Amino acid sequence: MAAKTLTIDDHLVSARPGETLLEAIREAGIVIPTLCHLDGLSDVGACRLCLVEIEGQRRLQPACMTMVSEGMVVRTSTPRLQAYRRQIVELLFAERNHVCAVCVASGNCELQRLAAMVGMDHVRYDYLSPDCSVDISHPRFGIDHNRCVLCTRCVRACDEIEGVHTWDVAGRGVQARVITDMNQPWGTSTTCTSCGKCQLACPTGAIFPRGVTVGERPHASERIALIIEARKQRW
Amino acid sequence: MSRLRIATIWLGGCSGCHMSFLDLDEWLIELAARADLVYSPIADAKHFPAEVDLTLIEGAIASDEHRELAKTARRQSKCIVSFGDCAVTGNVTALRNPLGPARNVLQQVYVEHSDPRGVIPHEPGIIPLLLDKVVPVHQVIPVDYYLSGCPPSASRIRALLEALLEGREPLVDIRYG
Amino acid sequence: MDLHELEAIAEREQAQRPHLRILCCAAAGCQASGALEIKRRLELVLSAAGKLAEVEVTPVGCMGLCGHGPLVRIEPEGTVFERVTPADAEEIVSALEQGPCNVLHCDLNHPFFTRQQPIVLRHCGRINPERIEDYIAVGGYRTLYHVIHDLTPAEVIQIIARSGLRGRGGAGYPTGLKWATVAKSPGERKFVICNADEGDPGAFMDRSVLESDPHLVLEGMAIAAYAVGAEQGFIYVRGEYPLAIERLQKAIVQARRLGLLGAQIFESGFNFRVDIRVGAGAFVCGEETALIASIEGRRGQPRPRPPYPAEKGLWGMPTLINNVETFANVTAIIENGPEWFRQIGTEKSKGTKVFALTGKIRNTGLIEVPMGITLREIVYEIGDGTPDGTPVKAVQTGGPSGGCIPAELFDTPVDYESLAAVGSIMGSGGMVVMDEHTNMVDVARFYIEFCKDESCGKCIPCRVGTVQLFNLLTKLRNGQAQPRDLDTIEELCELMRETSLCGLGQSAPNPVLSTLQYFRHEYEQLIGVEVDHGS
Repeated sequence: MAAKTLTIDDHLVSARPGETLLEAIREAGIVIPTLCHLDGLSDVGACRLCLVEIEGQRRLQPACMTMVSEGMVVRTSTPRLQAYRRQIVELLFAERNHVCAVCVASGNCELQRLAAMVGMDHVRYDYLSPDCSVDISHPRFGIDHNRCVLCTRCVRACDEIEGVHTWDVAGRGVQARVITDMNQPWGTSTTCTSCGKCQLACPTGAIFPRGVTVGERPHASERIALIIEARKQRW
Repeated sequence: MSRLRIATIWLGGCSGCHMSFLDLDEWLIELAARADLVYSPIADAKHFPAEVDLTLIEGAIASDEHRELAKTARRQSKCIVSFGDCAVTGNVTALRNPLGPARNVLQQVYVEHSDPRGVIPHEPGIIPLLLDKVVPVHQVIPVDYYLSGCPPSASRIRALLEALLEGREPLVDIRYG
Repeated sequence: MDLHELEAIAEREQAQRPHLRILCCAAAGCQASGALEIKRRLELVLSAAGKLAEVEVTPVGCMGLCGHGPLVRIEPEGTVFERVTPADAEEIVSALEQGPCNVLHCDLNHPFFTRQQPIVLRHCGRINPERIEDYIAVGGYRTLYHVIHDLTPAEVIQIIARSGLRGRGGAGYPTGLKWATVAKSPGERKFVICNADEGDPGAFMDRSVLESDPHLVLEGMAIAAYAVGAEQGFIYVRGEYPLAIERLQKAIVQARRLGLLGAQIFESGFNFRVDIRVGAGAFVCGEETALIASIEGRRGQPRPRPPYPAEKGLWGMPTLINNVETFANVTAIIENGPEWFRQIGTEKSKGTKVFALTGKIRNTGLIEVPMGITLREIVYEIGDGTPDGTPVKAVQTGGPSGGCIPAELFDTPVDYESLAAVGSIMGSGGMVVMDEHTNMVDVARFYIEFCKDESCGKCIPCRVGTVQLFNLLTKLRNGQAQPRDLDTIEELCELMRETSLCGLGQSAPNPVLSTLQYFRHEYEQLIGVEVDHGS
């Protein structure tokens, strides 16, 4: 099949048919923020950070879930998009208790990186300061809901790669929480294989190996893609 | 050129940002050559003076005293910098917010978790009253610049101060934690 | 089942029916105010008088004037009594012969009745919704027969397209175009879904239609299935509508028993099975992709479109999703022809629209009016103004996705484009009238609170934006807001409108934006005196 030619930020770019716009944008060397996307997992278009303007389309579209097409004209970082991205990151910081100074992921955190990337020098919204629980009933891992951004990468990694679907989401709106099995302590889950892929997929310090302290949780989300690749090639 | 009048204040924070400020080492001598430190936890001044050019505020707003001092600083300073994560986000100081209003926190600290059982201190005019919610400085007064970090490193403090001293727009990278 | 048998049922029904009939509204509203007890008392009185053979007491669906219920109608005379109590039973029965009757007469010459044009509601309050024979007696299922035997699927789609019918769920997408897309999308199987997850506060159009005339919707769905090539249909109805669910279940069983649903309908090669799926109370499941996820047994959350359900819907198959009222329009269009339908309404909005008229209005109830009627006619003529004469301030249409239209704009015709032009939407048909005592910031805050509670939590702008917006409006309400908070409110509205994943989040700011547009002073009055920091 013939390559598709599209224009991204005034540059002509060619992309493989069936590729997502996000892949094409990244291959063109353009940096665009993402949070719910993780190479190797299905896309859900939930975080809205990769929204782009596409000529001829009334609404902004998530690059991660938009397929490239011939002649597409795309803008990835207009002032309006930049403003929205910063607002979205601010909303996340205001939603739960993201205290970088005492977080296991500090220095290795995608949310922290996003704050810098979108220029979030402060948060204009009131902090909601919810009372969130920490579950360390699992012998190897813990989940701190104070740090969770509901990207559902853990849910998808568990379902799509480990094939277990221990994780899911319960509740609505800001009350929504990732849960294990039937909303029970992780340590009592009968489906969890303790594989740790949720922990690899987690962009923040929400899911962490027990025993790590501030700044000690490494960021290793790219291993998810590695696992997929390894399986494909039957290493 | 007249000498700049600089103040620093220490609200709800651990003083770590001030420690980091002291890490500026010999650059402090250069700074002292161009500016006076007119009010600071490390300077001897009882009251926040008038006509301050630049005030660095460390810490979040956690008590009525913090709130009043921040307002005074705003009225009497040309430029306000939220200095460090507590001032910018509430940070560790705001960790008590999920516990609810101040009385819950005081009850837990002074009564439930104290051994032997204590009493909640109450000395109006001497002990500041805790606010029900710890908030970042910009929710109480308008802030001109934000310097994130817990604490901000000496080099980032210097980058900010150098720019402000030279009248440039400071472009300091954002780094929480 | 063939046409003769169908007609035989209708004739038998007519022949067996006593001349005198007392129709008791047994829709949810009148039931709640004691209609079933009235029906029981009427039967007792008739039985005591030995007249049960001559006079039939029939439970029927909604008669429309819900605010004056319970309603009782005498056939063939046509008198309607309002605010009937069980104690009135004897008087009503004795009046059947002697008349006149002291029980409150409903004025059928009032504009509430004369200004309406029932198409969707034409059988409502006239037939017993729990008996398929009643539906067949008024001509039911003949259109389905005609469609299966005389028309090709393409011809059916052509008729619907030519009629100009647009989706009655609120967005107004051309129905014919949607049907055509599903028909031509490749897929091993196709599905038809009826969206009965009506959730807007103050809206009860779909509930009334399902409670009053379930077969009309089933017949419409079957015709749609024939047109698009589907053999399986689902009605997704919210769990809060137990009576509608019960009546739908009965209707499906009855239709299946007569061979009007199921395999080889009317002895043709056309099969169509309908199943009910009951929603568990999430407003977002009215959004089509969330609804599909819910039917599939997954968490009811929307996903980005495209692909649209018409191409990839239920289990990845082409799926037609229409609203209850859209399906309820189908038989009338095919019976009377698209040209007839096109004459009703305006240039771009054809036909009629059912509204649930509520709020500070004398005639609360269900109305069906031609498109293009003005809000003024609805509020002052059909609705008869506010109960205590307080001036009307605004009308809210479209529920949490809609907006408030101020009284100055009441000459706006009710059609998709005009309502959008004044900052609201047609919506599914909720119409809440507000008087001068209503504070518009409270109204906006109410709807934002609703969206905050109903946001599924998948995308950030809606999940957190609604909470921040609600908190800001609360701050405003408590006089603690500063001028910059108003800017933050407007910024948040824009963010949510432009970046939310689905219609819930995208339209959630509408009640705020429209009240800001027309009643900004009410917001500004609430802003506290800004503290002068003298910087």
